[in-house]
Order: sequence, then C-alpha cells, then structure tokens
Amino acid sequence: MKLIVENLAIDRGERRIFSGVNLAIAAGQALVVTGANGAGKSTLLKAIAGFLRPAEGRIALEGAGEAELREHCHYLAHDNALKPSLSVGENLLFWQSYLGAGPYVETALQRIGLAHTIDLPAGFLSAGQKRRIAIARLLVSDRAVWLVDEPTAALDAASEKMFARLAMEHVAGGGILIAATHQELGLKDAIHLDMGAYTGGVSRTAEMQ
Amino acid sequence: MRALFVRELRLASRVGGGALTGLLFYLAVVTVIPFGVGPDLKLLARIGPAVLWIGALLAGLLGLERLFQQDREDGSLALLLTGHHPLALVVMVKCLAHWVATGLPLIVAAPVFGLFMNMSAEGIGAVVLTLLAGTPAITFIGAVGAAVTVTLARGGLLIAILILPLIIPVLIFGVTAAYGAVEDPAPFLPPFLILCAITLFFAALGPLAAAFAIGQSAE
Repeated sequence: MKLIVENLAIDRGERRIFSGVNLAIAAGQALVVTGANGAGKSTLLKAIAGFLRPAEGRIALEGAGEAELREHCHYLAHDNALKPSLSVGENLLFWQSYLGAGPYVETALQRIGLAHTIDLPAGFLSAGQKRRIAIARLLVSDRAVWLVDEPTAALDAASEKMFARLAMEHVAGGGILIAATHQELGLKDAIHLDMGAYTGGVSRTAEMQ
Repeated sequence: MRALFVRELRLASRVGGGALTGLLFYLAVVTVIPFGVGPDLKLLARIGPAVLWIGALLAGLLGLERLFQQDREDGSLALLLTGHHPLALVVMVKCLAHWVATGLPLIVAAPVFGLFMNMSAEGIGAVVLTLLAGTPAITFIGAVGAAVTVTLARGGLLIAILILPLIIPVLIFGVTAAYGAVEDPAPFLPPFLILCAITLFFAALGPLAAAFAIGQSAE
C-alpha cells in the first residue's frame, strides 16, 4: 500500500493555495506537514481526504483495493465531530458503525484513558477530553490512512505523549499517518514536508534541485 | 445506515433537538386562527383543511435549517463524506429521520387541531391522509434548500424563500384533495394521486440534488 501525490495543485476560489507537491508515503510511514498559517497544511489534508478537487495532479492509494481513497481515510479536523447531547459511547458507536468495524469502543476508551466517560453526554467533557474522544474515533474503526490536523490542540503533555504512542502503533501496524501541525508530535522516523516551499503559486521544487 | 437513522432520531428527541419546536409552533399557528376568525363555526370548518395544511407547512419549514447545518458546524458532515455509502443515500436517510422526528408528530397532532377548527371526522381523516402523503415532499425539497445554504450562518429564512415556490404545488394539491373528500362535487382521488406523485418525484430528485450541493460546498 502506498499513498502517491503527484504534482498536486489546489485552488480555492481564484487563488492557488499551493502547487507542485509530490509525495510517496508507503505503509508504515508517517508524514509531518509543517508551514506557516495559511501555507496549505489543512488544504493538503482535505485534498487527500477527497473533499477538494485537485486543480492539477493526482492523488492515489495504490495497492488498497477498489474502494475510493476517502473510504480508507480517517480524518481528524479541528472540529471533533461529537454531538454534545449524545453520550460518549453513543457518539463512538455511531462512528464505528458508519465508518467501519474495529475494536470495541470500551477498548478504545481505555487506551485513551477515558473509559469512565462512556455514559456521560459528550457536552459535559472538557476541551482536552473531547479531543481525546475524537482521537478514540480513529481507534474504533480500522482505516489505513490517518489524516490528522493539529491533533494535539487542547491536549496536555501526558495526552500529547499518549497520542504520539497511538500514532506510532498505527504506523508500526502498517498504517499511514499524515499530520499537519505546529507542535512537535514526537513521531520517530517521520518524513517532513514544509508547505512553505510550495505556496505563492509557484512550485519551487525545480529551483531546489 | 440504520445507525445514522437512529442517531438522527436520538439527536432530534434529546434536549435542544427541535422535534418539539415544530409541534409547538403548529399549535400556536392553529390555535390563534379561531380567535382571529371569530365564532363562525361554519367558516372555521370551511377553512379548517387549509389552516391545518398551512400550519404543517410552516412548522415543517422551521426545522429544515438544522438538517445539515449542525453536522457541518461540529465537523460531522465532512466525516459523513468519508463513509462507504453514496452521499445521496446518506441524505435520503437523514431526510427520512427528519420527517419521522418532526413531520410525523405534526400529523399525529393534526386531528386534535382539527377539533379546534370544528372539522368533521371525515374532513380530519382526509387532512391526516393528505399530510401523510404530502409532508415528506416538504422535507425532500427542503433538503435541497438546506444543502445549498449549509455554508451560510443564518440560512433559515433563505431556505424558506428558496423552496417555497416548489412547495406551493404540494400545498395546492394537498388542500384540494382534503376539500375533495368532504365537499361533494369536488374530486378527491385525482389531486391526491398528483400529491403522491409530487412526493415520489422529490424523494428521488431531492437527495440527489442535495448531495450534489453538499459535495460542492465541502471544504
């Protein structure tokens, strides 16, 4: 399994966000995308998740069967996609049955250290706890590609380490991780991509060569 | 898909879900009519079907804004796009759940409101039947409006204006069929069948159009 991005360019409205992005990420690899605000980190993740149509280039997941790329992706955006009036367990069970089978919800909650919240309405939790529940969503369905956008926002130091551990486990298990972040995630052997090099409407890969 | 249906029903029935809002609005609209019109029982019975239909239509418009907006605000809408099912099917299921949660209570309450309007048992039955056949169309048409305005902060009124021209035929044939059941020369079956046809047409077209609009607005 290999995620290929070839000569990708994305437009939002009339403006070109970035162009000339080339990536090849094999199973068992992690990619950390960095860059200033507005450099196109989130846009790149959204494009890979299939929400944005490329203006140029292509994105493909090779060796993963017939299903579309988006059906292999877990997407963790800035929003946690939790319904405050449903309990934590109901929230996670819904996403499990919608996104695909995986480990038990109880197991996932234990791994993020919030097993006791399963019957609480999600609206009662703190911002950091909600973020951890959103991370638990990645665990309850087995999907190969994790696209995470500032995953550790609102998390304390211990939870940041916990996320790094879960991400490394996912990668070690043959998954692909793409993280857009400003913070040091502590991912070992991750590939780095600086979006700053691709913005401004001109590809600079050629200049660098 | 069943999980989505159950989730939508739960969300609608929990605190702040909006299942009751439409019903209370319906109650408000229908109860003020007799006070405004006065104690002319004949006149009330005459306008009863129309009032019940207009009330149900307005109450139905009320909750449409929430159909996709809340899912968009908390990021669920993007995740719904990464599922294994076609988006049109997702929209269809959301529409059905929305109708069961907000439309069906209106129809169940309609007979009680019919008594306020001094309607005969036969007339009440006709209104319930036509509402049952016609209100799903309001949800399916409304889904298109909700999908088009999903990126706007306060799209509620805009939805109503966008979809009202398409909903007018539903109202016309619904009320005509309801009158047809009670007033002798007027026919019941032809307008009722056209009403059913409108609902079936928009049940097929609405989810496709709404899915297209959501796909375009996904960021």
